[in-house]
Amino acid sequence: MEPFLVFPDPPPPLLVQTLDLAGYSWKAVANASIAAQLEPPDGWAGAVVTAEGDAEGAFVICRSLRRRDVPVQPVLVLVAGNQLGDLELREDLFDDFCLTPFHPKELEARLRLLAWRAGRATGPEVVEYGDLVINLETYQAAVGGRPLDLTYMEHELLKFFATHPGKVFTRETLLSRVWGYEYYGGARTVDVHVRRLRAKLGDDHASWIQTVRSVGYRFGQSRWGVGGAGREG
Amino acid sequence: MASMERQLEYVLRTVEERDVRFVRLWFTDVQGMLKSFAITPAELEDALEAGMEFDGSCIDGFSRIQEADMMARPDPGTFELIHVPGEDVPAARMFCDIYTPSGEPFDGDPRYVLKRTLEKARERGFTFYVSPEMEYFYFRSATEPIPLDQASYFDLTPFDEASELRKQTILALENMGIPVQYSHHEIAPSQQEIDLRYTDALTMADNVMAFRMVVKEVAQSRGVYATFMPKPVAGWNGSAMHTHLSLFEGDVNAFHDAGDELGLSAVGKGFIAGLLHHAKEITAVTNQWVNSYKRLIPGYEAPTYICWARNNRSALVRVPIPRRGESGSRVEYRAPDPACNPYLAFSLLLAAGLRGIEKGYELPPEALNNIYEMTPEERMAEGIDSLPNSLFEALEVMERSDLMAEVLGEHVFDYFLRNKRLEWADYKAYVTPFEISRYLGVL
Repeated sequence: MEPFLVFPDPPPPLLVQTLDLAGYSWKAVANASIAAQLEPPDGWAGAVVTAEGDAEGAFVICRSLRRRDVPVQPVLVLVAGNQLGDLELREDLFDDFCLTPFHPKELEARLRLLAWRAGRATGPEVVEYGDLVINLETYQAAVGGRPLDLTYMEHELLKFFATHPGKVFTRETLLSRVWGYEYYGGARTVDVHVRRLRAKLGDDHASWIQTVRSVGYRFGQSRWGVGGAGREG
Repeated sequence: MASMERQLEYVLRTVEERDVRFVRLWFTDVQGMLKSFAITPAELEDALEAGMEFDGSCIDGFSRIQEADMMARPDPGTFELIHVPGEDVPAARMFCDIYTPSGEPFDGDPRYVLKRTLEKARERGFTFYVSPEMEYFYFRSATEPIPLDQASYFDLTPFDEASELRKQTILALENMGIPVQYSHHEIAPSQQEIDLRYTDALTMADNVMAFRMVVKEVAQSRGVYATFMPKPVAGWNGSAMHTHLSLFEGDVNAFHDAGDELGLSAVGKGFIAGLLHHAKEITAVTNQWVNSYKRLIPGYEAPTYICWARNNRSALVRVPIPRRGESGSRVEYRAPDPACNPYLAFSLLLAAGLRGIEKGYELPPEALNNIYEMTPEERMAEGIDSLPNSLFEALEVMERSDLMAEVLGEHVFDYFLRNKRLEWADYKAYVTPFEISRYLGVL
């Protein structure tokens, strides 16, 4: 599935967490010209634009997405209560909006509804990597047909890894993207969960999660091939 | 919180998808015994939201008859699927927090004692990590300590029943998400050691409870009895739970200071000083049985004297030297035995260490000689005190300890003393085989 466009860059942490947890892939853009550069070959899957903060920049982006031969849709705008007036006479620039602070479940539900209306696939239902299959709807994961017995956080971590294969993440990034809130364990928590996940994936698949020395972790092969610098297994 | 809702949904959905028929709710009594009751998936949603009611007066150290109703609220973060041999669908388990009917955390819940203590560490920016070395014995039965083998430390024996059991146990543990660091045959015949990889103290206390159950279950499935009794056979080494401790501030090991000769920061030194200062007081909990004190004697690598050293395994506190380039500074506290209540033991180790940091206790000099070879006078000259000699002595020290009262809270503190005094009184009234063989023929 193509990624969603997300504005601004960096996006608000709760938005990042919501999209990640819901399994959407996305790219953050700072302005319209960067959006044009980063646009995937098959077009954006949609856009989530935060108007709170830089309202003007947000609507410039919306306009650039809509005023073209094939308008990007759905476009969802996040606005603060006192900005509702800004939406007037701009109805052509977006498909729906959500008030900030938004409830993650509401945003998720709206995106799902928009996708359904737009006639696209209703969000990603299955994430696959090799013989790993994660069903996002039922929360179940299996390797080679063998169901994995995961705790909630192990499941979330595996899902995050599998939706971003080949990328290196620091412990802090994983903590903020996957755990998303201040957690008892601190950054070492990530190490502990990676170890548990490796143990549950089993010997044949444990090496999917690679330790990148003094940086963090990578799931699957580096995009520059096997044995990228610092691979430790 | 959104992620809490999601966590609940994950639990409910997984139970449904995997066709789980029973959800076991686990909690721990004051003496560290695992308690369990099972509910059906239909009851799960209510249990997660409101808790399951149970009669607390049946649980040692919980409530008195007149305040019997208790609520067990499962912690969805501890949700694990467990596979019972011979059954094709998994069961699930969760650890519970205990609440009073009015919704207050229950003071007699050891898990709450630990959470409370961890919160104090967190207020100071510390996360507490723990890694225990679990020792235990395999015997032919629960009634007589007949070993499975005559092997010893690190022995690799062919067709070794015990190593097969150990292998099965480790597989079961890893499937449960409890990673194992090392395992080997210990010094005494039929004695095993499995070291658990460090994790945060709350998870580790849960893991120790699960560990003891898994070890016993795997053994039982093969007609063998596994025991965590501290000293099952006189003349053999006892079973210890050497516990490695470290504090982190975010991603940084707060014990580590590369510039220091010992690699230890002021925080690390204060922590050790706190452990030593309060060692006597907390022994009643780290070594809570009459039998625990049969282990704490010279000659079997168990600590008896209160001192620290880098490489002296007779010391109470050992400071393993991190390998070059590592920041794995940690402290090994060698008194606890594997039959302790891990929630209470970890609480007290943490609180003792924190007090050392807070009050700036000074770290006494390292014990360089073999303390066992010193005369009592030499030890006194060096200011080396001893751990309590018996449960009775330990309780005497505990009763006067502000630290113990504060950390355990009134409910647990009072119950513990009362309960253990009874245990001591029973023991004292018992005429032992030692006395019969020693005295009957000559007196």
